[in-house]
Amino acid sequence: MLKVAIIGAGKMGISHLSILGAHPDVDVVGVCDTSKMVNDFLSRYGKFNCFTDYKKMMSETKPDAVVVAVPTKFHYSMIKDLLLSKVHIFAEKPFCLTSAQGEELVKLAKQQGIVNQIGYHNKFIGTFSEVKRLVNSGVLGKIYHFVAESYGPVVIRAKQDTWRSDPSEGGGCLMDYASHVIDLVNDILAPVASAKSSLLKKIYSTNVEDAVYSTLELENKLTGLLSVNWSDETHRKMTTSITIVGTNGKIESDANELKVYLKENPPEGYTKGWTVKYITDLTEEVDFYLRGEEYSAQLDYFVKAAMGKVPNTINTFESAWKTDRAIEMIKTSAI
Amino acid sequence: MERILFGDNQFFAVNHISDEKSRAQSIKFREDAAIIKTLDDARSLGINTFMCTTHERIGNICDVIRSQPEKYKDFKIFPCMPYAHKYANAVTELGIAGTLKQYVPGNFFGSMFKGGMAYLSKDYLSIMELLVDSEMKMFKGISTPVVFLQNVITDLFLGLRAYEVLAAFQHYVKKKYDAEAGFITMNMPKLLDALEGEGIKNPIICSSINKVGFRMSGGKEIYEETLRTRQVRAIAMQVLGGGAIAPKEAIEYVCGLPNIESILFGASSKANIQNTVENIHLFDSKK
Repeated sequence: MLKVAIIGAGKMGISHLSILGAHPDVDVVGVCDTSKMVNDFLSRYGKFNCFTDYKKMMSETKPDAVVVAVPTKFHYSMIKDLLLSKVHIFAEKPFCLTSAQGEELVKLAKQQGIVNQIGYHNKFIGTFSEVKRLVNSGVLGKIYHFVAESYGPVVIRAKQDTWRSDPSEGGGCLMDYASHVIDLVNDILAPVASAKSSLLKKIYSTNVEDAVYSTLELENKLTGLLSVNWSDETHRKMTTSITIVGTNGKIESDANELKVYLKENPPEGYTKGWTVKYITDLTEEVDFYLRGEEYSAQLDYFVKAAMGKVPNTINTFESAWKTDRAIEMIKTSAI
Repeated sequence: MERILFGDNQFFAVNHISDEKSRAQSIKFREDAAIIKTLDDARSLGINTFMCTTHERIGNICDVIRSQPEKYKDFKIFPCMPYAHKYANAVTELGIAGTLKQYVPGNFFGSMFKGGMAYLSKDYLSIMELLVDSEMKMFKGISTPVVFLQNVITDLFLGLRAYEVLAAFQHYVKKKYDAEAGFITMNMPKLLDALEGEGIKNPIICSSINKVGFRMSGGKEIYEETLRTRQVRAIAMQVLGGGAIAPKEAIEYVCGLPNIESILFGASSKANIQNTVENIHLFDSKK
């Protein structure tokens, strides 16, 4: 059994707690949150050992691994502190508020030799893994363009401020929302090397941007476009998609549906012209489902990595740091 | 429960495999009249139970049903609560406590939860009861013999081991609405264990059951074993596996399983509804 503690029982934390609570290899030894109401509920009904001070929780429960699901502004100091006590760490996205903070933690995590993972759950979605596999196999010929998009109804009217509307706390569409699809571009194509002429548009918010449009150049010189808007209520929920165009064809994929057009030489399972595959063909079932296979799969991967059963290569601090870096480039290039 | 239950995903652009299809559905059903027409199509084919989420537009549909009591006298609704997106968006914005403050009716929080007080079990259960009441309001005067908890909530409590809350839901809908409780889940065998542990015998559980094992957590085999050997009033949903299975083959599989009391499906066109209904009758008659 892996002893896991959770810091932060908000929307993501409580979802992680539920998934880990049902995981056969996990013993949840402690939960830390600042809300008395949440703590009382969890200790009364779930028999969880709840704390309001994470340091006290760490010293009393001595976990092997910790899930960090607190607002982004606390990530740096908390993760640094946890790294010094040599526990394995799964933290929510985005990684840190600045790439300098992230770089320091990446180095420290390597020195300490612990398993480290950030919650960019799109990497555990079957359609996107298949896109990555196809891109790496070279079937598209010479890739000359990409479009990375994400839309959803997060902020659809002017409303009260929370930490998500404060740029110094990790709020805003760029850090909170666009980070997902930027991370996907980094992973599938190549890390972002520079951003040009970025447009950060306020729609309903007063302090942060609600939409991000940018021209990106990747480390392999490929260029493409980023278009993200979290004030788009034409989408029922967050929709993330990527289009990749090459001399031998095109891939259009979202989390549900993968469409591939190939001029010639289709690999096994594909035909000349269009092939459409659905997530149902590309997803492995999980042992406990809460809100998407990918949420269970990412934690299962973390647990397995912490137990030494799989390598710690997906969503490492280092890959998430590259996403933080891209976010900074987009911010600095804003016109 | 009737053998065939009509679902509502198609009305609210919920499509598990294609955003394009969900866009087309949201255009097709932008008027409430289009929803009513499809429900009438389903009724004309013998389906008299509509299992639907507590989406705000269902309130409009309920108004239509109430206004024509003669026409809808045999019509039943199985409400599924809550409409999760409403709360999920609020939790992102306001946090868990803030969301409850916003949605729990009355001055409950103002009066009871002033700084530092300990929370009692009955407080949490009162919150649950108030939320159930607020979701049930729109169905007043309509027959709702079974009231369901949506999977995201059932499964959240399941993972948090808050089994008592699931049992309390069951007791409350019985007491207040004289209705059976139903539970939607993506983890049917595990949920059955939990409910039985709370002393609930033969519960109504609605879960994905399909030939390809889609969203059957832990694997198809353990579901089949559970249906074969245990006491549960099972409703099969997502029988087409999100569209991965040909309709006839899909229905043949589900009709061949033991202990499936009802089959839940949704469709946009009369032809598709008819096709599924005929397939269910065909394979049921072969048993």
